[in-house]
Amino acid sequence: MATTALEHAPAHHEEATGIWSWITTVDHKRIGIMYGVTAFLFFLLGGLEALVIRMQLWGPDGRLVSAEVYNQLFTMHGTTMIFLGVMPLSAMYFNYMIPLQLGARDVAFPRLNAFSYWVFLLGGLIINASWFFGAAPNGGWFGYANLTSAQYSPGLNIDFWTVGLQILGVASLAAAVNFFVTVINLRAPGMGMMHMPMFVWMSFITQILLLLSFPIITVALVLLMIDRSFGTHFFVPAGGGDPILWQHLFWLFGHPEVYILILPSFGIVSEILPVFSRKPLFGYAAMVFSGAFIAFVGFGVWAHHMFSTGMGPFADAFFALATMIIAIPTGVKIFNWIGTVWGGKLEFKTPMLFALGFIAMFIMGGLSGVMHASPPADLQQTDTYFIVAHFHYVLFGGAIFALTGGAYYWWPKMSGKMLDEGLGTLHFWLMMIGFNLTFFPMHIVGLNGMPRRVYTYSAESNFELLNKMETVGAFLLGLAMLVFMWNILKTWRSHQPPAPADPWNGATLEWAIPSPPQHFNFPALPRVHGRDALWEMKRVAGGTLPEPTPVAHDAVPMPNPSWKPLVAALGVAITLGGFIGGSHLWVHAVGLVVLFYGVYAWAFEDPFAATGH
Amino acid sequence: MSQTPVRRLRLGAPVLLLAAAMLAAGCAPDQYPQTTLIPRADFAREADTLMRQTLLWATIVFVLVEGALLFAIWKFRNRPGAAEPVQTHGNTTLEIVWTIIPAFILAMIAVPTVRTIFKTSQRPGPGALQVEVIGHQWWWEFRYPELGITTAGELVVPSGRTVSLEMTTADVLHSFWLPQFAGKRDVFPGRYNNLWFKAEVEGNFPAQCVEFCGVQHGRMAYRIVSVTPEAFDAWAANFNAPPKDFTADSTANPLVREGQRLFTAKGCGGCHAMYPALPLIGPNLHHVGSRSHIAAGTLENTDENLARWIKNPQEWKTGVLMPNLGLTDQETAAIVAYLRANQ
Amino acid sequence: MATAHAHADDHHYTATGIDNRKLAIWTFIGSECMFFASLIGTYLVYKGRDVVGPKPHGEWLLNGVAQEQMLEIPLVTFGTALLLFSSFFVVLALNGAQKGNRKQLIGWLLATIVCGVFFVGMQVYEFNHFAHRGMGYTTNLFSSTFYTLTGFHGTHVTLGLVWLVSVLVVALRGKLPPEKALNLEMAALYWHFVDVVWIVIFPVVYLIR
Repeated sequence: MATTALEHAPAHHEEATGIWSWITTVDHKRIGIMYGVTAFLFFLLGGLEALVIRMQLWGPDGRLVSAEVYNQLFTMHGTTMIFLGVMPLSAMYFNYMIPLQLGARDVAFPRLNAFSYWVFLLGGLIINASWFFGAAPNGGWFGYANLTSAQYSPGLNIDFWTVGLQILGVASLAAAVNFFVTVINLRAPGMGMMHMPMFVWMSFITQILLLLSFPIITVALVLLMIDRSFGTHFFVPAGGGDPILWQHLFWLFGHPEVYILILPSFGIVSEILPVFSRKPLFGYAAMVFSGAFIAFVGFGVWAHHMFSTGMGPFADAFFALATMIIAIPTGVKIFNWIGTVWGGKLEFKTPMLFALGFIAMFIMGGLSGVMHASPPADLQQTDTYFIVAHFHYVLFGGAIFALTGGAYYWWPKMSGKMLDEGLGTLHFWLMMIGFNLTFFPMHIVGLNGMPRRVYTYSAESNFELLNKMETVGAFLLGLAMLVFMWNILKTWRSHQPPAPADPWNGATLEWAIPSPPQHFNFPALPRVHGRDALWEMKRVAGGTLPEPTPVAHDAVPMPNPSWKPLVAALGVAITLGGFIGGSHLWVHAVGLVVLFYGVYAWAFEDPFAATGH
Repeated sequence: MSQTPVRRLRLGAPVLLLAAAMLAAGCAPDQYPQTTLIPRADFAREADTLMRQTLLWATIVFVLVEGALLFAIWKFRNRPGAAEPVQTHGNTTLEIVWTIIPAFILAMIAVPTVRTIFKTSQRPGPGALQVEVIGHQWWWEFRYPELGITTAGELVVPSGRTVSLEMTTADVLHSFWLPQFAGKRDVFPGRYNNLWFKAEVEGNFPAQCVEFCGVQHGRMAYRIVSVTPEAFDAWAANFNAPPKDFTADSTANPLVREGQRLFTAKGCGGCHAMYPALPLIGPNLHHVGSRSHIAAGTLENTDENLARWIKNPQEWKTGVLMPNLGLTDQETAAIVAYLRANQ
Repeated sequence: MATAHAHADDHHYTATGIDNRKLAIWTFIGSECMFFASLIGTYLVYKGRDVVGPKPHGEWLLNGVAQEQMLEIPLVTFGTALLLFSSFFVVLALNGAQKGNRKQLIGWLLATIVCGVFFVGMQVYEFNHFAHRGMGYTTNLFSSTFYTLTGFHGTHVTLGLVWLVSVLVVALRGKLPPEKALNLEMAALYWHFVDVVWIVIFPVVYLIR
């Protein structure tokens, strides 16, 4: 690569401020922050939906909301938390942290990165716009055919869902290509694949899962959309279509999706534990390979979501055994985390509390998972609250705990402010107690016969006491979220000194540069010789490094801001949006014109051209 | 931060107490009529045994691993003056050990799992009572082809005799569940799924649909009524007796006769058959007066509930296909009397 | 902190030495494989499960009258050959671009595009012909899966053509020097992928009975 960028006039040095600078930004850190803010707002919305659900289930024969509204609430709660909460919260860390941990200036394709964000935002807005039509999706997050067919779901509800998820899929795929290339190609000089921080490794595996699983759900959604818009019979039994094909396509995506949700969290925890134990991650190679093995086998277990469909004993046995095999690498991960803590010097800062809480809760979720890997037992458990308990232990006790720990860990780097430790500890304990109070009773109520997705239960069933506990727990979780927001607000407004570059004695490269980093991250690309690059640099330097000082803003030329990704994203959203309520040719046409204009303007734009200011 | 472990204990105590209370609640499954934890038939017993074996292993692993975690947290907490930890990077022997141990435990679960899978997928032999189960939005229909019976909302079975269910749906996917007797199976249009069980006790048990199937999935319930073989034969014989025509019987209660007239005049008969036959659109109501519950097993069969239901079905079950016919109180009372007279 | 000095050419640094854009195209193609695998899988699952005609192979009945086989294999074989040749032509064009041979570049690129246009034209003719013979999009499972699978492939070919034409315009304006040959190589990689997918679709749909 002998070409040099010096021939280009150093274009964009200094980050501008103001709303337009955010709309046109291609800086991975700003895009990361936008992902974070957007996803957090969607997460709060999903949480509010959950609170309404919990209030409806406070007592038997609840009448707070109607059956129809309840069905919309649980569908949107699941859809929101998965596609608009946990996934983009992970994407926030991918965006902000992968380049920093790799010692890179940005992602491989900064404008594509902006495009991903805008498509994600528009997809999230479209799917939620359904509320204003009183037609939020109501077929469950799994949208089983043939309930979602035009005959049984004639309204706009399912249209919003198929279109919204397709748009979100475009965002995920574009981002996955981007991060895949970033990890392969933008590692700092000397950083081999087996030197990468564990968060980067787990994120990398996540991108592979995204690349391979999202096309499958896209096809399923496209076929469903065509069924609904044009009257084909892909999932309509009357025309020979088979609803079970939907289930296979959905879970071929849906099970890898579970790992898409949890693997980044494995990575975050694997970053936090060593730093606050003051010793390296135990069994690095085992951690990498177990993560890869989980992802690989994760493509061969989808039908364990379908034991009750009656697949026959051979398929049942195969998928049961494959599922149990996944428990082995998962166990290896847990043991290695405990091995990391073992013999360390543990500092119970807030990120560490959340990381330890993650392990404790994830063990629970993993063990209940083994319980329904057994098909005959699963015939009693599936579609009951036992399953709801299980996946909340994995996705809330797992993913949300880790993502929250990551927020406390990386907040100083991203904002330049330290969060309050006292409020952080309070946040942790409220969440721990609230979480267990909400979700532990669900195991019991599920085994005692309470099905999922029911808008009410009878007095005879005697589910009231346990449901009341769950509702109290849910409000404690809401309170924990308020404490978190108060923590952010309080420290944001305080006049504390700016956070140091390396507040936790970090092991990875993001702590080598000022908090928050300058636009170009690294004035010079760091040279890396092994794992835990920053610890090694500090050891060589005799223990500590001096606080890095900001360098001149024009030291490194960075790509210009661009509004073209936003135009292309609008094109995608409009084109697909034309499928809401049938197929509107003129909407597709307008969308395609906008899309092609955006793509061409983007393709022929020189990102380093002099801006003329 | 060194007080944190102490605080952990202080907060941990009430949490543990609460957990114990919840466990106690879970260990009293007899309080829950829909529980899966008290198997009352062979099939459910298989699933329950397997579940308890897995739960035992899970509990052992839970205690050991969470114990190790908590011990490490307590033991290796930062104390003033503690030395920097040894920078270990891993241990191959340990990695092998903690790969093999879970594999061994999983094998202990896998063997009985596979055995039970094949056992529970066997078809029941001859002599089983055949019942066809058909899901509808949002009620269940039961046909006994050998007995010529078609009914709804209540699956009546004889205890001590294997019942073989052939299950399908008339519209969307549902899932038929017998929490006390067997597991569940989803039902698909145009294909049949099978479940079987031999009830060990008599009783009237609640159950409900467990696959989301539209707006009233939450109130798509049914009863499983297990009776002695003699009572079952009596029920079947009574079912096949010719339907009563109250209008032709001048000695009958005039309210009942008026009810029968209204039942036809108001068009109820357009959807509900009052005689042993294949159903029309709605559930077959032959002998509805003898059922313990109405409205897909969600309301007890009393005069008040029946009146409430007939007067405005949309009030209890919004979105149900049965319309509000705008009946007066007198008309409602007459139809209720007629339906209740169909014992 | 061990560092290299700030160099503007950091922007072209890659850890593997492979250009980012090339790697991205390969990654995208990997993902697209799953997309077509799902569509082909759907086609195979539903093969022969139609409730009513027409059928892809052999005679079928319409109101008791025997109808000719739907698929016209010779025509599509010709189209397949064109697509295969175009894959070869685009390699020659790329070779021209890398050597700076403008004539070779433009000539073969044009040939590639012409083949592609003929392929799409063949598909348009085929769809039209089927429509005239009464096979609409929603007629039966065969028609829906057939049009969806081949239609999505045709859309990919069309997008590939748009891309190749764009590169041709750039080349005609003399803005595709050898050091920018990657701009053509990416389009060519995509074009090869589209051909390879057809190599799978062609036997699955047209040859296997």
